[in-house]
Amino acid sequence: MTSKNFARRLRLLSTFKIAARALRRNKLRSALTALGIIIGVGAVIAMVSIGNGAKAQVEAQIASLGENVILIFSGSTTASGIRTGWGGAGTLKIEDAEAIRREVPAVTLVSEEVVSNAQVAAGNQNWFTRIYGESADYFEIRQWALADGAPFTSQDVRSANKICVIGRTTATQIFGSEDVVGQVLRIKNVPFQITGVLTSKGLSSQGTDQDDIVIMPYTSAMKRVLGGGTTLRNINAQVASPKDLAPAQQQIIALLRQRHNIREGRDDDFTVRNQEEIAAAQTATTETMTALLAGVAVISLIVGGIGIMNIMLVSVTERTREIGTRMAVGAHGRDILTQFLIEAMTLSVVGGIIGIVTGIVASKVIAMIKNWSSLVSPTSIIVAFIVSAGVGIFFGFYPARKAAQLDPIDALRYE
Amino acid sequence: MNNSSEAVAVRLDDVRKTYQTGEVEVQAVRGVSIEIAAGEFVALMGSSGSGKSTLMNIVGCLDRPTSGRYFLDGEDVSSLSRDELADVRNRKLGFVFQNFNLLARTSALENVELPLLYSEVALTNVELREKAEQVLEAVGLQGRGDHTPSQLSGGQQQRVAIARALINDPEVLLADEPTGNLDSRTSVEVMEIFQRLNEKGITIIMVTHEHDIASYARRNIVMKDGLVRDDVVVQNRLKAAAELEKMTAGEALEAAV
Ligand SMILES: Nc1ncnc2c1ncn2[C@@H]1O[C@H](COP(=O)(O)OP(=O)(O)OP(=O)(O)O)[C@@H](O)[C@H]1O
Ligand SMILES: [Mg+2]
Repeated sequence: MTSKNFARRLRLLSTFKIAARALRRNKLRSALTALGIIIGVGAVIAMVSIGNGAKAQVEAQIASLGENVILIFSGSTTASGIRTGWGGAGTLKIEDAEAIRREVPAVTLVSEEVVSNAQVAAGNQNWFTRIYGESADYFEIRQWALADGAPFTSQDVRSANKICVIGRTTATQIFGSEDVVGQVLRIKNVPFQITGVLTSKGLSSQGTDQDDIVIMPYTSAMKRVLGGGTTLRNINAQVASPKDLAPAQQQIIALLRQRHNIREGRDDDFTVRNQEEIAAAQTATTETMTALLAGVAVISLIVGGIGIMNIMLVSVTERTREIGTRMAVGAHGRDILTQFLIEAMTLSVVGGIIGIVTGIVASKVIAMIKNWSSLVSPTSIIVAFIVSAGVGIFFGFYPARKAAQLDPIDALRYE
Repeated sequence: MNNSSEAVAVRLDDVRKTYQTGEVEVQAVRGVSIEIAAGEFVALMGSSGSGKSTLMNIVGCLDRPTSGRYFLDGEDVSSLSRDELADVRNRKLGFVFQNFNLLARTSALENVELPLLYSEVALTNVELREKAEQVLEAVGLQGRGDHTPSQLSGGQQQRVAIARALINDPEVLLADEPTGNLDSRTSVEVMEIFQRLNEKGITIIMVTHEHDIASYARRNIVMKDGLVRDDVVVQNRLKAAAELEKMTAGEALEAAV
């Protein structure tokens, strides 16, 4: 029994040799057939890598919003999803932020936010940029460190001091390579002293330059840039840990409904979102993109598989006499089946391996040219490898079975 | 090859083969009963369509009889499965075809090794090579192992095929018109090999149309319309080695004139 098993194994080994020999005999044809798989697998790997890269980029950008952050916007989102003046309806008051700070214990940091666009100038240079009014907590919430100088303090916020911190882009646009800290920036003809320059954050998930910014105490922004008013565009709040997000969100909603006297059954006049929800929406978009691209790539893989099937069918027909001869000298149907299956699998696996390498290189090149990022995941490589072997088995099976079921006499007589 | 001359290599008991092609039924073999002892050299003759190849396919275990029984080396093989028949072909039979049926673009050695790839006997690569070289030498092709069929003459290709048939030490060597594609001298050379093998004890059954080729055998069986019409011992048996010498002498004479 064991010697028989041993003989069987040896038989499988020689079947491998036979298959390899057959493929080498038709080098060009084998190469062209494998090319179908190379392109298919290459496309899958490239698309998935670029898709993953985009996803990772979006995730990084969302993470740059800060961790465990709850955003409260004024204006509501109705049940049907229509936003009525998101951030614009001015329903959030400074007192609301104070209340959250006071009454929601899970919330550790709070930043009142107002936003405006304005022309800023220094010397004879000017620049159109976004002005953010925030509390001193803002830099910690967004985990936004300063490259140079110091942020403003709670004291500056209370006194509405005329100071600000600016982003890298704004700094370069106005001051070039000059030292920025200590310089004076005129906003609406009010001089603000620059106390610090922020580290660079790059593009946001919407593609805006996050470094094109001026951040000042929200009190100063309200008073000197917006020209009065007491409503906030939004409130940024941070909780200590992810498990606090949901309860804190519930408490904030309850608190604000009570403060805004919203009766049971009426819509909120504000919107509370946590960072995870925003992330989910964003990644869903990139995932759809990835799925679409991968879908196209999978189609090309199927086409490659059909190519293998086609060539294997041709090969079986061409080699009918060979099959007959092999059967005449003792080959079982199973031996013939294995031989052709191994041939098909060799084509697809070798094609798959080359395709994986090609795909990785292609994704890096595309990412470099287009300035995207690409992320090759080990899973996608393993899956691509298994799938290409599977394609070989799936599309090789029919031709191989056809060969195995040939009648030896008919096969020997075949012209 | 230690069969005593009484041992029966092939026994057919009222073997019939009917082909069904659409509406038409063709009775290719209509009740053949013969016994071929181990060590015999039989030429199977008969006009075209008389059922020789059909009978050879059954004897060669490539096909099963529609009815009747077939004993090969004492074993009833008339109702074996496809795979069992394949194993019987591998262990006990060797085939030589009219059109050689060698694998193209494959060296003579690899062609000869082919039956061993499907054998239950586990051999190492070295043993395989050695055995293949041995049988190639036995058919006079030493040193041609690396040639592919397209680099060999018809006669040499047929010798490779004979070597392939011999590699598993078969009980019976079957040849369906082995000289059909060869000129007369090469045909006699093949007969020389057959006679030499037969002398060593291998049973040979060969289909041929040519009477002079048939007279190299010991026994002639003539078929007609699917039946055995004649079964005779060859009287003036030709010796291939002697015939070859005569031919060489004749050629030398021609060259001299
Ligand atoms: N696969 C088949 N299907 C149908 N009929 C067949 C088949 N094989 C052979 N026959 C028929 O069986 C009869 C015998 O054929 P066979 O090939 O055995 O003849 P043969 O004696 O070998 O002839 P030849 O000397 O021409 O080779 C013929 O009438 C042939 O048409
Ligand atoms: Mg015939």
